[in-house]
Amino acid sequence: MNNQWKKYLFWFAQEHIDFRTAEIQSILSMFGVNIYTYPKLETHPYWIVNLPSENLVHKIASRAVCVRFCMELWANSKQAEDLHNKLKTYPISEIKKYAGPHKSFKVIVETFCKHFSQGSVRLNNPDTTFYYIEFYGLDPNNIPKEPYELFFGRWITSGQRDLIRKLSLKTRKFIGNTSMDPQLSLIMANQAQVQKGDIVLDPFVGTGSLLVAASHFGGYTLGTDIDFLMLHGRTRPTRISQKIREKDENIATNMSQYGKRSYYIDVVVSDFSYPLWRSDMCIDAIITDPPYGIREATERIGTTKLNPVIEEHQASSHIPSKIGYDLPQMYKDLLTFAAKHLKLNGRLVCWFPLFRDQYSEDQLPTHPCLELVANSEQVLSNYTSRRLLTYKKIKDPKESDEISSTNLIDFREKYFALRNESRREKRMKKAVEKAKNRELWEQNNKDNPKR
Amino acid sequence: MKLLTHNMLTSKCLKGVTVGYPLGIVVSFRSVYNFKAKDIKVSEVDFNSEFIARIIPKLDWATLWKAAESIGHVGELPQTLIQDFETNEEFLKKVHHVLLEVEVINGDLLCPESGRKFPINDGIPNMLLNEDEV
Repeated sequence: MNNQWKKYLFWFAQEHIDFRTAEIQSILSMFGVNIYTYPKLETHPYWIVNLPSENLVHKIASRAVCVRFCMELWANSKQAEDLHNKLKTYPISEIKKYAGPHKSFKVIVETFCKHFSQGSVRLNNPDTTFYYIEFYGLDPNNIPKEPYELFFGRWITSGQRDLIRKLSLKTRKFIGNTSMDPQLSLIMANQAQVQKGDIVLDPFVGTGSLLVAASHFGGYTLGTDIDFLMLHGRTRPTRISQKIREKDENIATNMSQYGKRSYYIDVVVSDFSYPLWRSDMCIDAIITDPPYGIREATERIGTTKLNPVIEEHQASSHIPSKIGYDLPQMYKDLLTFAAKHLKLNGRLVCWFPLFRDQYSEDQLPTHPCLELVANSEQVLSNYTSRRLLTYKKIKDPKESDEISSTNLIDFREKYFALRNESRREKRMKKAVEKAKNRELWEQNNKDNPKR
Repeated sequence: MKLLTHNMLTSKCLKGVTVGYPLGIVVSFRSVYNFKAKDIKVSEVDFNSEFIARIIPKLDWATLWKAAESIGHVGELPQTLIQDFETNEEFLKKVHHVLLEVEVINGDLLCPESGRKFPINDGIPNMLLNEDEV
């Protein structure tokens, strides 16, 4: 590898755009790299950056899920002629390393074909792959005649897009209604900066999709969940073709499926609202997707009865009754837990559901020991979205720490209230329409009494 | 349940229990032909010396040793932690075995203060309380 600063280009997949910058930032900070030009990717899917070594490019690509490929950028321009001129001035010594009569090559052309000469062309396994890209903007309904920008360079490596296919939920043994899709799970593991030998906990583990992603980056995984049947793989099957769950459907089997069984520690059935772990337990990262109360219930053990009594002979087989666990309280507990059990600089990565029109940053849960370092939005519907929040623990908690969660809106309550409202509105609208029609009809009848 | 998990679990969720540590382990028996055997599974797990060396300072060593002994898998694990464990690969392998390769499949965890039993089914501890206990 040569160690000299060069210009590189990272090309991103046009998916989950709001997560790109945060992912790259997390990966760079995990490898201890300080770069001052982070990608501004709102308008285009590429990022041009000067990096000290190709090694670093490989390191970034070994983790990035949003990146399609990276190349050493030899020239870029807005006009073809200028691109040719720039390419001609690219140091010949650099070119000779990768191209010449004895080296095979191929040119990958995105959107347009182009010729290249010298050496033999081999499409399978060439020594060097060049990339020529013409960028026509992002609006498919408004494509310009000439490209906005042209790029030429040497392909270095691909990002981790293949992992998305490998971990596809379609081929996974054990899934549930709310299993997280692999791309977002991997992004979460990157946001949490999971590295080999880290202990990673998911306190709302469900079917363990986040543990699968964390284990792919070498994290040792632990999970807890209140749902006994879920952890034992005894809930109703999610797949339409499946009548009953198979006997070995569980998180451990999933980990074996991907060859990551060694990174699976345990899952425990427990209620997150009560303490479970030794108070000095220290973990490296927490990644979780708490239930929002829409598709999965938000529950804790409890009862509305005044003095519940369970006979002793029933106690061992008794299934405890559950009561609602309101979202603001749950997030408050989650942040308090993270502040207590994370190592210093360890990260908590979690989703937070909101209403888009009323979003402001002061509605997000906060804790004096946790700094919000990234916040990316995934739109769910016209009204709702969820945000992937990444917190870094900046200090150990003190007794006096107060967490303000007064701003938090109970997503579930509002979600159903809004739905009721819109239902009522719909009904009213229909009634008004009916009345109008009837009036018209009566009017018609009056006008034509013969009919 | 692996002994690494056991090393971190408590029964603090119970009313009036302040420490709830360490939990006792009672292993169930399963019948193998005409014999009764402890329901413990020993399986091979990839050895990562770095991880084990990193995890040892986070362990309560006495608890680990006692737990391993109580289920009959203490092997040659010393009762007190040795000094140079980071560089002693042989020792790290022993710890690795006890922490990650031995799994209690069915049994109970016992709260040291109240005696409350928490069942372990198919390797998964159930730490849920009943609603009259919360």
